[in-house]
Amino acid sequence: MRAVEVRDLSFSYRNGRVIDGISFSVDVGEVLGVIGPNSTGKTTLLRLLSRVLVPEAGAIRLFDRDLQALTRREVARIVAVVPQEFQVAFPFTVEQVVAMGRYPYVRGIGLETTEDRLAVERALGETGTAHLLKKYLDQLSGGEKQRVVIARALAQDPRLLLLDEPTAHLDLSHHLEILRLLGRLKAERGLTVVLVSHDLNAAAECSDRLLLLREGAILTAGRPEEVMQPAIIEKAYGCSVWIGADPDTGKIRILPRL
Amino acid sequence: MMLVRLLTVMGTLTAGLMTAVLLALWVGTVRIGAVQIMGILLGKLVSIPVSWSEAHETIVLSVRLPRALLAGTVGSALALAGAGFQAISRNPLADPYVLGVSSGAAFGVVMGILTGLGAGTGGVLLLPLFGFAGALVAAVAVYGIASVDGRLPIQTLLLAGVVVSLFFASAIMLASALVRAEELQRVVFYLMGHLRAVSYPTIGAVIGCVLMGATLIYAQAVPLNLLSAGEEAAAQLGVEPERVKRIIFLACSLVTGAAVSASGAVGFVGLMVPHAVRLCLGPDNRLAIPASLLAGAIFLILADTVARTVAAPTEIPVGAVTAFLGAPFFAVLLRTRYRSVYP
Repeated sequence: MRAVEVRDLSFSYRNGRVIDGISFSVDVGEVLGVIGPNSTGKTTLLRLLSRVLVPEAGAIRLFDRDLQALTRREVARIVAVVPQEFQVAFPFTVEQVVAMGRYPYVRGIGLETTEDRLAVERALGETGTAHLLKKYLDQLSGGEKQRVVIARALAQDPRLLLLDEPTAHLDLSHHLEILRLLGRLKAERGLTVVLVSHDLNAAAECSDRLLLLREGAILTAGRPEEVMQPAIIEKAYGCSVWIGADPDTGKIRILPRL
Repeated sequence: MMLVRLLTVMGTLTAGLMTAVLLALWVGTVRIGAVQIMGILLGKLVSIPVSWSEAHETIVLSVRLPRALLAGTVGSALALAGAGFQAISRNPLADPYVLGVSSGAAFGVVMGILTGLGAGTGGVLLLPLFGFAGALVAAVAVYGIASVDGRLPIQTLLLAGVVVSLFFASAIMLASALVRAEELQRVVFYLMGHLRAVSYPTIGAVIGCVLMGATLIYAQAVPLNLLSAGEEAAAQLGVEPERVKRIIFLACSLVTGAAVSASGAVGFVGLMVPHAVRLCLGPDNRLAIPASLLAGAIFLILADTVARTVAAPTEIPVGAVTAFLGAPFFAVLLRTRYRSVYP
């Protein structure tokens, strides 16, 4: 069984095609990094995988089930999304925001069950956000807020976690904190992760495999060291790069050249 | 935990509501003792020795009680509609008036009066439905104008509300200009916004509409919480945003229509009460919606008691009192609580 199986997937907005007949799959417990230039369909792909958008053509299967045949609540019990931007219109506390992740399991008027409480506690523990419970979302720093949004997604008890630029507005240390958290989640929860990122170093470090998109099509897919080749990256982004290894850890590092 | 909090808040507000009703029965130009009022009320349920005059019984049971019940029902309805519209539009400034739904309801009621269908005993019971029809037309128009690609962006929603509101206001003026003087008088009297003593069947019809609407809105409390993070985020948690929007628009139109048919234009309740409730209790709609319902009732009963007694025997419009009492209260609340809530 594959966690994600995408076949000949296409999608267009009014102003043109964004995803153009792509096929790929993600194994259970695998981290797939999706990279590529701006407006190349990465976020749209996440929207399709969480069924906020319906494909124009092609099929998506999650854990051997046809995504389009599931109800929204069923989808929400399988897939959780950490969006690029997360804002609430009213001043909800961290506790309330994380508890919202339990909605796919709610019955009646939404009184909390023991199961809900345990799931929320676990999510708070994993993300180290338990001490923020009574704070409001806009009182948090960027890193804290991102961990709260991840906690909300984990409270859903998903099997597949979709992350859209999880480190975009964070400084170096918070950036690392989120990447370490993802590593722990993969190890401890066995979560399958699809990670969209502009940060090629982070994507290469976190991912088991990379999917390089350009203009809605797959340019290359493979292990990070296969995709992170100067010729491939230069073709995708149209700029020259240096790719080498971290002298201490041996991990792939990429730098743009002016 | 949540249940305990809900029961505490509802218990407190229910006690407050009962106190407000008793106060409304007690205060007035004719002095009637508190003991006698209790006696008159209890005398309807069990037989107790009569210690009051028939005139006093008539004043309490046929004048003050129906009026207090009506004020309470209209207050709940407007606060509910405000809470619903604010949650669905993710905008604390939305309310039945801002979105033009009240104007639509008023137009519906005016049409009921002018066509003569809303006259007589049976006709009076139809007026809430005229109000509902008008409110629904306005709500559907706002929805239709504001929606882009099946979504309902806030900016277009508020603009559409203003447009629809202006349209129905002119439609009422136009209709009024075309009718005879005596009918015009009824329309003007209605539009001024009065909580006059009405018959129990009329109050029953309005209460029925409000209870139905309240049930529909409360059933969406949790989805409305989730929608505060946006439609896409809510949909990714299993909410069907379009469905929730339709239910809220329908239910809020129903309660607004019923309220406006009974009282004309009473402002400030729908805007202020839900906002005040959220500032005190937080934005969780499981708590904020039922609390708004009770707080709206308390607020309008008290405002109406002031309106009919402060300058007695002259009555001042209740809408003037709601704004006069509400604005300073709201200002204080905003200054003292806003900072802790929106840092």
